[in-house]
Amino acid sequence: MSRFSSLASAVLVATLVHFAPASAEEKSIVVASTTSTQDSGLFGYLLPIFKARTGIEVKVIAQGTGQALDTARRGDADVVFVHARAQEEKFLAEGFGVKRFDVMYNDFVLIGPKADPAGVKGKDIETALKTIQAKAAPFISRGDRSGTNSAELALWKQSGIDIAATKGPWYREIGQGMGAALNTAAAMNGYTLSDRGTWISFKNRGDLEIVVEGDRRLFNQYGVMLVNPAKYPTVKKELGQTFVDWLISPEGQSVIAGYKIDGQQLFFPDAEKKGT
Amino acid sequence: MSDQLSAWQLILNGDPALFAIVRLSLAVSLSAVALAALIGMPLGALLGLTRFPARSVLVVLLNALMGLPPVVVGLAVYLLLSRSGPLGSFGILFTPAAMVVAQTILIVPIIAAPTRQTVEDLWAEYRDELTAMDVSPVGRMTTLLWDARFSLVTALLAGFGRAAAEVGAVMIVGGNIDGFTRTMTTAIALETSKGDLPLAMGLGLVLVAIVLAINAAAWGTRVWSERQAG
Amino acid sequence: MRAPASDLPLVLDNVSLQAGSTTMLDRVSLEIGPGTPTLIVGPNGAGKTRLLRLCMGLDAPSAGRITWGGRADRAMARRAILFQRPVMLRRTASANVAYALAQAGVPHRERAARITALLDRVGLSDLAQRPARRLSGGEQQRLALARALARDPEILLLDEPTANLDPAATRGVEEIVLSAARSGIKIVIASHDLGQVRRLAGDVIFLVRGALCERGRAEDFLDHPTTTEAAAFLRGDLVI
Repeated sequence: MSRFSSLASAVLVATLVHFAPASAEEKSIVVASTTSTQDSGLFGYLLPIFKARTGIEVKVIAQGTGQALDTARRGDADVVFVHARAQEEKFLAEGFGVKRFDVMYNDFVLIGPKADPAGVKGKDIETALKTIQAKAAPFISRGDRSGTNSAELALWKQSGIDIAATKGPWYREIGQGMGAALNTAAAMNGYTLSDRGTWISFKNRGDLEIVVEGDRRLFNQYGVMLVNPAKYPTVKKELGQTFVDWLISPEGQSVIAGYKIDGQQLFFPDAEKKGT
Repeated sequence: MSDQLSAWQLILNGDPALFAIVRLSLAVSLSAVALAALIGMPLGALLGLTRFPARSVLVVLLNALMGLPPVVVGLAVYLLLSRSGPLGSFGILFTPAAMVVAQTILIVPIIAAPTRQTVEDLWAEYRDELTAMDVSPVGRMTTLLWDARFSLVTALLAGFGRAAAEVGAVMIVGGNIDGFTRTMTTAIALETSKGDLPLAMGLGLVLVAIVLAINAAAWGTRVWSERQAG
Repeated sequence: MRAPASDLPLVLDNVSLQAGSTTMLDRVSLEIGPGTPTLIVGPNGAGKTRLLRLCMGLDAPSAGRITWGGRADRAMARRAILFQRPVMLRRTASANVAYALAQAGVPHRERAARITALLDRVGLSDLAQRPARRLSGGEQQRLALARALARDPEILLLDEPTANLDPAATRGVEEIVLSAARSGIKIVIASHDLGQVRRLAGDVIFLVRGALCERGRAEDFLDHPTTTEAAAFLRGDLVI
C-alpha cells in the first residue's frame, strides 16, 4: 500500500502548493467596502484603471459598513471605504484608522411602488416617513449596521419617530444588503431607502420607482481610511496609502465622476485632501 | 461579466470571467474532496473496525456532523484565520486556500460516516478470512477500503455535491472577491442581490449541469471498473 | 514472518466452549500430529466447525488449553484455513493470491513466480486475470486453496470445503488436498460427507453433541466402529 500513500502525499502537496498564497510577492491590497460601491458597479469600473496605473491588485470584500469596519478591526483588511460618518469617526477614535478622507458623495432615494398606497410621492423625506409610519405601509429596512441602514435610522429619528418603539409588522428588518432589500421591496410592493447608485444599476425593479429624492437630508458621504499599521503590522501600508492617495487625487476623482450608467453619473467626487 | 447576455451565451462565447469562476469552483471543491477523503476514509475505517467504550457516542457524533451548517463552519474558520485569530499569521484568509480548508472540514463527516458504515458491514463478512490470513490492523483498513471502493464513490460524490453547492462557508472565508475568490455559488448570490435574476438563474443551471456531468462520469467509471474487477 | 517452530502436535486439553448457556464443546481432549489427513465428522450441530475454529486459533476456548507444538500462543504463522464459503477479494484471481503471499511476508520479487506456481497447482492458470468474484463455486474454492497454500502452512484446516460443490468440482478440490497431504502438509477436514471420509481420511475424530465420541484410524472407524452412536451414524440413522 506504499503506492497509495505516496499518491496521497502527492495530492496533498499539489493542493497546498496550488493554493499557497503568494501575497508576499504580489502587489495587492484588501479593501473592505460596502455593497453599494460594489453593486453599483463602481469598483468594476475604477479598479482596472487603478491597476493599469500602479500595478496594484485591489481585492474588494463587499460587506455592510458596520461589517467592513469590523473586518478592519480584526486586521483582515488594509483599507476601508465606507459611508457612515459616525461609525467611521468611532473607528478612528479607537485607533484603528490612520486618517479619514472624504472621497465622494451620492444621495439616498426613497423607493416605493408606482401605485404609492401611502401617498408619499413628491413629499420631503420627513413627511414621507411620518406618513408611512402612520399608515403602517410596508417598509423594508436593511437592519445590518450598514451605511444605508445608519442613515435610515437617523432619518426616522430626525422625523421625530422612535422607530424601535413604534415599529410594527409593517416594518421588516431583513439583515441583508441593498440588493436583497430591493428584491424584497419589489416582491411585497413596499417602501425602502436605497442609495441611488445601487438603484440605478438594479434590475429587478418590479413595480418600484423613486418616490422621494433631492431632499438635502438624503445626502450620503463616502470616506476612505488606511487601517492603522501600528495596530496590525501586517497591513500593507505603502500599497494601501497609494490607493487612498489615488482616490483623492485629481485623477482618481475624475475617474469617479466618469462612472455613468445610462448616461447618469452615480457618484460625485468631493475630496478635500485635508483629512481628519 | 456583461449583464446583458444570459449565462448560456457567456458559456458559448467562452467568456473568460465565467470560465475563471467555474475553474475556481471546481478546483476548490475537488481539492476539498481529495483532502477530506485522505482524512475521512481512514477515520471512518478506523471507527468501523475498532471497539472501545465511547464508540457509540463517536458514531452518533460523526453522523450528526454530516448536517453541519456551512455558514457555521465558515464563521469558525474565519475566526481562526483572521489576523486577530490564532492562525492569522498564515495569511490565507480571503484566499482559495481558506475556502478549501473550510470545505474540507465541512465534508470530512460526509465521507467518514458512510465509510464507517460500509467498512463495518464489510468487516462482518471479511473478518474470518482476514484474521486467518493474519492481516495487520492497518492492512485490514486498507484492504476493506479498497474492496469497498465502489460503495465509497457514492460517499465521495455526496461530499463533492455538498461542497459544490454550498455558499455560506466560501462566502465568509473567501470574501467573494472578483477574480480571486468568486465561485459559482457566490456569483449567483451576488447577481441575485444585484437584482439580475435571469443571470443568477442561468449560472445556477450551469452549476447544476457541471455537477450532473461529474456524477455521470463517476457512474461511468464505476460501471467500467466493476466490469474489470467483478 | 515464518516462525521456525512447528505448530504440531496440536493438543487440546479438556477444552470446552460455551456460547451463552449452551455448551458447544464439552471437555474435548485430543492430539493431532503429522501424517495422513484427519477428518472430523459428526451430525450437524455436533461442534465440528467450532472445533476447527479453535484448532485454527480464530476463537479461544471457555475452559481448557490448546497448544501448538507445545506453545499456547495463538499466532497463526504456519496454519491456514479454508471456509465453506470463501470470501473473494474484489480483484483478479492472481491478485488474490498475491495478497495472500504479501500477508505471509513473501518478498516482492518472489511473488510473481509463486503466483504462477500456485495457480498452476490448483488448476486456475487460465483464469489468472478473471475477477475472482466471477469464478464458479468450485473455482473460488480452488482459489481459496491457492491462498491458503500461499502461506506455506504446516497445517491446512478445511471446514466443509465441498459441501456446496457438484461432484466434478468436489473431485478437483479433493485432488489438490491429497497432493498437499502428500507434500507433507497436515490436513484436517470437518465434514459430514462419509464418502469424503472414505476417500481422504487417514484417521477420524467423531463428535456427538460437542463431545468426543470416538477416535481412530479411518478403516477401523468405518468398518468396525466401537460406539453405538458411531454405528448409528454410519448406518445413516439420525444421531440425536
